Amino acid sequence: MSLYARLTGWIVLLFGLGYFIVPLVGLTEFSLKARRGVYSFDAYAKIIGDPEFQATFSYSVVMALVTIAMGVLIVVPTAFWVRLKMPWARPYVEFLTLLPLVIPAIVIVFGYIRLYNTSSFLPLTGTATGTNLLLAFGYTVLALPYMYRAIDTGLRTIDVATLTEAAQSLGAGWTTILTRVILPNVLPAVLSGAFLTFAIVIGEFTLAALLDRPAFGPYLQRIGANKPYEPFALSVIAFAITWACMGLIQLVTRFSKHTKAQP
Amino acid sequence: MAAPSPKPRRQLPLTWLGLMPFVIFVTLFLILPTMHIVVGAFQDRTGAFTLQNLRDLNTGTIPSSYWVSVKISVASAALGCLIGFGMAAAVVFGAVPRWVKSPLMTFSGVASNFAGVPLAFAFLATFGPVGLVTVFMRNNFGIVLSRDIGFNILSFWGLTVTYLFFQIPLMILIITPALEGLRREWREAAEVLGASTAQYWRMVALPILFPSLLGTFALLFANAFGAVATAIALTGSALNIVPIQLFAQIRGDVLGNPNLGYAMAFGMIVITAIANVLYIWLRIRAERWLK
Repeated sequence: MSLYARLTGWIVLLFGLGYFIVPLVGLTEFSLKARRGVYSFDAYAKIIGDPEFQATFSYSVVMALVTIAMGVLIVVPTAFWVRLKMPWARPYVEFLTLLPLVIPAIVIVFGYIRLYNTSSFLPLTGTATGTNLLLAFGYTVLALPYMYRAIDTGLRTIDVATLTEAAQSLGAGWTTILTRVILPNVLPAVLSGAFLTFAIVIGEFTLAALLDRPAFGPYLQRIGANKPYEPFALSVIAFAITWACMGLIQLVTRFSKHTKAQP
Repeated sequence: MAAPSPKPRRQLPLTWLGLMPFVIFVTLFLILPTMHIVVGAFQDRTGAFTLQNLRDLNTGTIPSSYWVSVKISVASAALGCLIGFGMAAAVVFGAVPRWVKSPLMTFSGVASNFAGVPLAFAFLATFGPVGLVTVFMRNNFGIVLSRDIGFNILSFWGLTVTYLFFQIPLMILIITPALEGLRREWREAAEVLGASTAQYWRMVALPILFPSLLGTFALLFANAFGAVATAIALTGSALNIVPIQLFAQIRGDVLGNPNLGYAMAFGMIVITAIANVLYIWLRIRAERWLK
């Protein structure tokens, strides 16, 4: 490889890396400037002490956990069943799970608002609980492509048919097979899907804002309009959570590879 | 499972039953809501069939918002493809050490998912009026971004530059496997036949990569077109783009016609669907050569 090509490669790479690093540095630096003249964690202290932050943040955490539970409950049995009994249906199921990437989230939630209003057959938006439930369903839909792909890939690495037959010949029912045979075997895949779902839900804005729920994303956008430093501190926290989730996915994937290497 | 069932006719409905929770869920929370919007786009207020809503898309600020949206999506997809391709090529073709690849791919996986409100704040803190880069340029080089090069974060280029933060990593994620699929033998064969590096790229590598590049461009386009949160947090309602206008319409029927809102959402689906179909079709074509 010529010196010229090498040099170009380095310049492009460094430019790209700078593009990613500078905004993160800018964000962090700005979030520390709440006190005039010195760097301080004032903005962080103020925001963490804000009861509205605590409320919206815990709301989003609970929402993320509910979404993960729903996603696992729907995707694991489906992916398992398709692999075991209906392999011909896999492309169709896969297509359905990829649709949320094609249809913008704002359109899906628009449909929810009009379809599940108080005068409909399923008046979910009529009550707070119903709307919370609808939001969780919406998040499950948004997470569907990632969840399904993760779990389906996990199922590919195990022999579903043999495991099921073995469990059945030992007298296990479907619930036992799913919870005690299949789930432990695809746990790393489920966890990857779960962490990604968590990262998506925790800062999600569009669905929560349009369904008017007190979630973290809309709160962040709202205080962005009227507080000087706090939104930047909050953004740093949001970035950190996303990175932690992605780090955990890496860890889980590596860990699962490790266990597979030992028969 | 392998043993033939004595009553094959009763098996079928039972097998179907296992898929029911998924099918019901997807129907209720994905298909029906979307169909509701699509059908509504072709109805007037009384529920009768009409094409008037689609014609009305050509009135007021709607055409310009579509146009601005398309321009931002094209600009951020094109730049994302270009820069992402350069970075992936630098790593794949060995201009930089190989160990760079693994952290770069991990990082791209994270950053490509990082659209949203925090991203908007990161760019405000960097290129905003008192942002890191803005202040640095002013204090050290005497360059005022908004005055001297006409750059303002709350504008077309500001939004494009912000979108690039997730567009470039997405490009890297998708194009790296394609670049790795270029076989060494092809390059050697071209060289043996007397081709220069430029000729190899123009006549061998780029034609093979072309479906991948164009497909990824389509995907990046759809990605930018549907982004809502970043745009709203960054520009509020200052920039007239489709997602922001649709957001305002859903909140308070600013168009004064609910069915026109449906038509706008329908237009969004059509554009992202075309881009995605293009991506999938080109991807299948690309896989003929690249595995």
